[in-house]
Amino acid sequence: MAEAPFEPKIVAFLCRWCAGAGADLAGTSRIAYPSNAVPIRVNCSGRVEPEWVMEAFRSGADGVLIGGCHPGDCHYVSGNYKTRRRVYLLRKVLAEMGIEPERVRLEWVSATEGAKYARVMKEFVAELKKLGPLSLERKEKEPTAAPVLPRVGS
Amino acid sequence: MGRGPRIGVFVCHCGKNIATTVDVPRVVEALARHPGVAYAARHEYMCSDPGQDVVKKAIKDHRLTGVVVAACSPSMHETTFRNAAEEAGLNPYLVEIANIREWCSWVHDGPVTTDKAIRITRAMVEKVKGNHPLEPVEVGHAVKCLVVGGGISGIQAALDIADAGYEVLLVERSPSIGGRMAQLSETFPTLDCSQCILTPKMVEASRHPRIRLLTYSEVESVTGYLGNYHVTIRKKPTYVDPDKCNLCGDCARVCPVRVPSEFDQGLSERAAIYVPFPQAVPSSYTLDEVNCLGLNPLRCSECSKVCTVGAINYDMREERIEEDVGAIVLATGYDLYGKEMMGEYGHGTVPDVIDGLEFERILSAGGPTKGEVRRPSDGKVPKEVVFIQCSGSRDPELHKSYCSKICCMYTAKHALLYRHNVHDGTAYVFYIDIRAGGKEYEEFVVRAMEDERILYLRGKVAKVFRDGDKVVVWGVDTLTGKRIEVAADLVVLAQAMVPSAGTEELARKLHIACGGEGFLKEAHPKLRPLEALTAGIFLAGAAHGPKDIPEAVAQGSGAAAKAIAILASPTLTHSPEVAEVDEDLCSGCAVCVPQCPYGAITPGDVAHVNELLCEGCGTCVAACPSGAMRMKNQTDAQVKRMIQVALGGEPVEVSRG
Ligand SMILES: Cc1cc2nc3c(=O)[nH]c(=O)nc-3n(C[C@H](O)[C@H](O)[C@H](O)COP(=O)(O)OP(=O)(O)OC[C@H]3O[C@@H](n4cnc5c(N)ncnc54)[C@H](O)[C@@H]3O)c2cc1C
Ligand code: SF4
Ligand code: SF4
Ligand code: FES
Repeated sequence: MAEAPFEPKIVAFLCRWCAGAGADLAGTSRIAYPSNAVPIRVNCSGRVEPEWVMEAFRSGADGVLIGGCHPGDCHYVSGNYKTRRRVYLLRKVLAEMGIEPERVRLEWVSATEGAKYARVMKEFVAELKKLGPLSLERKEKEPTAAPVLPRVGS
Repeated sequence: MGRGPRIGVFVCHCGKNIATTVDVPRVVEALARHPGVAYAARHEYMCSDPGQDVVKKAIKDHRLTGVVVAACSPSMHETTFRNAAEEAGLNPYLVEIANIREWCSWVHDGPVTTDKAIRITRAMVEKVKGNHPLEPVEVGHAVKCLVVGGGISGIQAALDIADAGYEVLLVERSPSIGGRMAQLSETFPTLDCSQCILTPKMVEASRHPRIRLLTYSEVESVTGYLGNYHVTIRKKPTYVDPDKCNLCGDCARVCPVRVPSEFDQGLSERAAIYVPFPQAVPSSYTLDEVNCLGLNPLRCSECSKVCTVGAINYDMREERIEEDVGAIVLATGYDLYGKEMMGEYGHGTVPDVIDGLEFERILSAGGPTKGEVRRPSDGKVPKEVVFIQCSGSRDPELHKSYCSKICCMYTAKHALLYRHNVHDGTAYVFYIDIRAGGKEYEEFVVRAMEDERILYLRGKVAKVFRDGDKVVVWGVDTLTGKRIEVAADLVVLAQAMVPSAGTEELARKLHIACGGEGFLKEAHPKLRPLEALTAGIFLAGAAHGPKDIPEAVAQGSGAAAKAIAILASPTLTHSPEVAEVDEDLCSGCAVCVPQCPYGAITPGDVAHVNELLCEGCGTCVAACPSGAMRMKNQTDAQVKRMIQVALGGEPVEVSRG
C-alpha cells in the first residue's frame, strides 16, 4: 500500500484584532482552505515568543504561521513592528541551526481579508510540502546547542 | 478525589453549521477521554437558553473548575458563556471558547475537519487548566477634569463636561480664552462674524459655576494615571485685579512701552499693560512683566498712578495650583508655519507678503485697519492681490509634507472678502488643487470662483520678490503651461498649520506621543481618534492635526464625552487579563519599559505594571529576558501546552479520521 502523502503540521498564532478576525471572515464567507493549521489566538502578534515557535517545531510542527495586523494597524499601535523585527532575527537563528527559515511565515491579514487568509494558508501548505517534513532530532543533536533566541528588546 | 482540574467541555452543533462537517459526538467522545476533563456534552444550540442551562447545571453538578465551549468565534459568544458561568458560581475567566465553526467547520471538509476540531478544543482545555480566577481591576477616581487650551475646541469640551455636572479646570496660557478663532474676521462657509459667534461661548465658560478659568497659566507637571492624575498649574501674575479692572484703558494710554501686538499678528502695537482684544475673557488688563520697564525695583509705575479703581497691584505673585483630576483634555491648537522659513517667498522680509492670520486681522472690523483692506507697508489699498495656497504644505522636500486641510477654504474666503471690500480689485489664487471636502464647502469655493470672478490659477509659485512698491510673483499655470508674472500690491501666503509652540514639551510632561509632524498622536488612527495612548488623556482640535472650526468643536465635544465616561463611572474597571511581574525573577533590566505603547510599566528594582493602563498586548512579556513578565491567563507554560496538544503529541494521541 502506498504511504499517505505528507501533510505538514502547522501552528498558526493569530492576533485577535486582525488576522484572527480575518480567519473568522474566511469562515463566514465559506472560503475553503487546507486544514493543516491549528490556530491559537493571541491578543497581538507582539505576544508571540520565539520560544513558542521552537516549542512548535519540537512538538512536531513543520511550519509556524504568525498573523498580525498590517503595519500601522496594530490594535496596540506598534506590536506588529516588534514582531517583524523578532521574526527577522528568529529566521536568522533558524538558518544557523539548519532549519529552513521559510518554515516561519509572518503575514499581515486585516479583518476584511478572509480571502487572503485562505490564500496564505494554501500557499504555506504547498511550500511546506515542497520542503518536506522537519526533522528536528537531526538538528538539535547536541544538547548544549540550545539556541539563543532573539528578544524584541534586544 | 484530588484537587486536579475538572474541566467541562461543551460542543455545539450550531444546527447544521458545525455538525455537517464535524462529527460532534466524536469530538465529545475524544474530549471526554482528555486528561482533566470531568464532563463533556453536546447541544444543538449551546448559546440558546437550554444550551446555557446545560453548562450551568454541569458546573454545579460536576463542580467544574473550568469550561471550554467548542462553538463559534469567541467574538460572538464569549461574553454569553462567561456570564452564564458566573451565574452558576464559576469565575468567568475560567471559561474559554474553542472556535470550531469559523476556523474549522465552515472552511474544511471530510474527516480532517473533525480531527482539527478535536485539536482546537483540546488545546483550549490545556489553556483553561492553567487559567486562574480573576477579578476585574477596580479603582476610585477624581471627578474633576483638566482642559488645557482655551480655544474653541477646549471651550466646547469644558462647557460639555461642566454641563454634565462635573468640575472643570480650563487652563489657557495667554491672557484670554478664545484662541485663534477670536482673531478671525468672518468664517467660511457661511461668513458669520467669528467674534459674534465665539464671544457668547467665552462668556458662558467664564460664568459657568463649574468651570474654573485659569488664564495666563500653564501646566507645570502631571503625575499619576487614568482617573487619578495630580496636576500642578502655574498661574503667572497679571498685576491687575480682574474684579476691579473696568477696562477704561487709562493705564495703557500712559504706559511708555510699545511692543507688537500678538493678537494683531504684529500689525499693531500694544503697551506693556494691555488687553489683547476688547471682548477678552476674563475682561481685564494684564501687565506683561517681560516688557514692563521694571517692577522690581519699580521703574515707572505710571499705570498704577492713573488707575482710579486701584486695580493694579505690583505685589501680585505667581500662584501654584494643585488639583487631582480624573481625566485630561488637550486642546492646545496651532500656529502658522513661519514666513521666515519661505526662502522662495522672500524669507518673511517683504512687508507686503503676509500670512493668512495677518490678513484675517486686516479684514477684521476691530483690526489694525478697522476692517479696510490696506497693506502693511504704506497703508495703500491693494488693487492686485495674489493668494498662494499650500505655502509650506504638501512640500516634503523643503517644508511640511502634509496638507493643512483648511487653506483652500480660507483662501477662497479671503479672496471673496477682498473683492467685497475692494470692488475694483483683482484677486489671483495659485493652487495645486482644491480640496473642499465639507458641508457646503465645494459650493462656497465655486461661488468665489464664479460669482466673484476670482482668477484661480493652477500652478506653483516659484518666486516672490519686491520690485519698487510692487511684489512680483512668478508662477506657472500648469493647465495652460504658460508662465505667469503678476506685479501685485499684496501677497497672502496660506501658511501650513503647525502645532502650537510648546506642544512637544507638554506632551513630554504627560508622557504622550507626538506624531512625526509634532501634532499630538492619537491612540489609534481609525478607531480611537480622540484618545491619547495614555488612558484618560484626550485630544481635541487643531493640536491633533489641521482642522477647521466645526471639526474642532466636534472633537471638543467628543473628547468631553470620553472624559465624562470616566468621571461618571462610580469606579473604573478594567479587564484583569493583563501583564504582571514575577518579582522574584525580575532583574530590573527595564527591557520591558520601552516596549509598552501605553507607558504602563514603571522601572525600578523590579518592574511594576499598572494594571489599569495595561491593555494586555503582551509585547513586554515576549521581550522580558528573565521570564519575569507574565500574561495573566496566557502564560508561556499555558501556550506551550496548547502547542503540544494542538500538534497531537501527548497526553493523548489523535487518530486521523
Ligand atoms: C487664516 C485662517 C483662517 C481661518 N478661517 C477659518 C474659517 O473661516 N472657518 C473655520 O471653520 N476655520 C477657520 N480657521 C481654522 C480655525 O482657526 C481653527 O479651526 C480653530 O481655531 C481651532 O481651534 P482650537 O481650539 O483647536 O485651537 P486654537 O484656536 O489654536 O486654540 C488653542 C488655545 O490653546 C492655547 N494654548 C496653546 N498651548 C497651550 C499650553 N501649553 N497651555 C495652555 N494653553 C495653551 C492657545 O493660547 C489657544 O488659546 C482658519 C485658520 C486660519 C489660519
Ligand atoms: S524585562 Fe523582565 S526582568 Fe527586565 S525589568 Fe521588565 S519584567 Fe523585569
Ligand atoms: S502587556 Fe502590553 S500594554 Fe500591558 S504592560 Fe505589557 S506592553 Fe504594556
Ligand atoms: S493587534 Fe494585530 S498585530 Fe497587534
